[in-house]
Amino acid sequence: MTAIRILVGTRKGAFILSSNGKRKKWSVDGPHFAGWEIYHLKGSPVQPARIYASQTSSWFGQIIQRSDDGGKTWSQPGSDGAGEKTEAEGMPQGESNMFVYDTSEATGRPLTTHQWYDGTQHPWEFARVWHLEPSLDDPDTCYAGVEDAALFKTEDGGVTWHELAGLRGHESGPDWAPGAGGMCLHTVVLDPANKNRIYCAISAAGTFRSDDAGKTWTPINHGLKSNHIPDPTAEVGHCVHRIAIHPSNPNTLFMQKHWDVMRSDDGGDSWHEVSGNLPSDFGFPIAVHAHEPETIYVVPILSDSLHYPPDGKLRVYRSRSGGEEWEALTRGLPQEHCYVNVLRDAMAVDTADPCGIYFGTTGGQVYASRDSGDSWEAIVRDLPAVLSVEAQTI
Amino acid sequence: MVRVVLPHHLQTLAGCDREVRLEVNGTVTQRTVLDALEARYPMLRGTVREHVTLKRRPRVRFFADGYDISHGSPDAELPDSIVSGDQPFMIVGAIAGG
Repeated sequence: MTAIRILVGTRKGAFILSSNGKRKKWSVDGPHFAGWEIYHLKGSPVQPARIYASQTSSWFGQIIQRSDDGGKTWSQPGSDGAGEKTEAEGMPQGESNMFVYDTSEATGRPLTTHQWYDGTQHPWEFARVWHLEPSLDDPDTCYAGVEDAALFKTEDGGVTWHELAGLRGHESGPDWAPGAGGMCLHTVVLDPANKNRIYCAISAAGTFRSDDAGKTWTPINHGLKSNHIPDPTAEVGHCVHRIAIHPSNPNTLFMQKHWDVMRSDDGGDSWHEVSGNLPSDFGFPIAVHAHEPETIYVVPILSDSLHYPPDGKLRVYRSRSGGEEWEALTRGLPQEHCYVNVLRDAMAVDTADPCGIYFGTTGGQVYASRDSGDSWEAIVRDLPAVLSVEAQTI
Repeated sequence: MVRVVLPHHLQTLAGCDREVRLEVNGTVTQRTVLDALEARYPMLRGTVREHVTLKRRPRVRFFADGYDISHGSPDAELPDSIVSGDQPFMIVGAIAGG
């Protein structure tokens, strides 16, 4: 029977929520790595028991954790004595926090500067891993999107990480600027139909595409309009919050930008707005239904200043037409006095039928819908602020 | 033996107690103490000092015998009280923003 595993990263540890295919009763396991920020966890599509996790601290740096048994035990693949299991309470043993920008002559790019909040130039400094994207066909290969923005790759299960420096070294780099959360590469999308095609999104630079497996990159932001930058239609500088595709239609991309929900039907070469009747087109996550490529989900947030839902009502909006026409999904969600946020990596879908939709809030709730969004219930209500949610269908 | 006190998150990362005792080779300095610490607990590499530069991470501070020595030379000999083990070398997570 199908089982569902929800991987939840929070400000103070990781949690794993499990259910059978009915998705009615859930177990909650955690916290793993208590006290550490877990920006993201994601499982390998081809080996779901293999899960990568980003464990991070502004004080003590970056650790990569890996599980090969679905999150029961963890190790740091880069440590001396790799493969050792963690302590019983889930704390790690080992070292794997070495993410070093590649400045080598052979494969790297010089370490330059990017724009700082005040418009001055600021040196590139590694802070943390925001997003882990396991390969679609090799469990030992995984991509890491980091702050300050760059893309790293491991091909040995996380033992070593190498920067794909062509992205950071793009000529537009000095024009990239940090968003409120830092200058992060937060989204990595792998094209299931083309192994050489990778999409990345950076706040605040925009969306980039590689057609040669990450060696060279092209900004793909034509059609975006951002009124908070000097040239609203500039090639780079846009605060893209999230992009998503459906595996069956990978040339169509959906985007939640700082403001505006956007759509591209040509692999990102051009974009048009599909915000339509949303009560606010500011937001962070965007997700695509597992079985309906034109059904998409967003969570409108009132504004970049307020960061909570309009009218104190937590509403997921669904479009069954690929945008423009949206319906509010409210059943089971708080419709008064709700002032939580839903962050960019905190929404996911399973591939069961009907499709399950999941999202976590900064208030610590993880909501689930087992009917494509028609109704919702909280799996758990009082976790630390949720940073990321991923769904595995096993 | 040199005594080293670790902050909570590094205790849990290393799976050790608050205080560890280390045999330090040669002159007892910040560098040799941290070398010994990282040799004993390799999972701490990169958490106190940056991996490549071996510079102290910005939000980590070092205290010795009641003094903040975070900005002292990593190769300066530490006070006798640290060398003898009377007092611990303290690795502290900086208090930032309360």
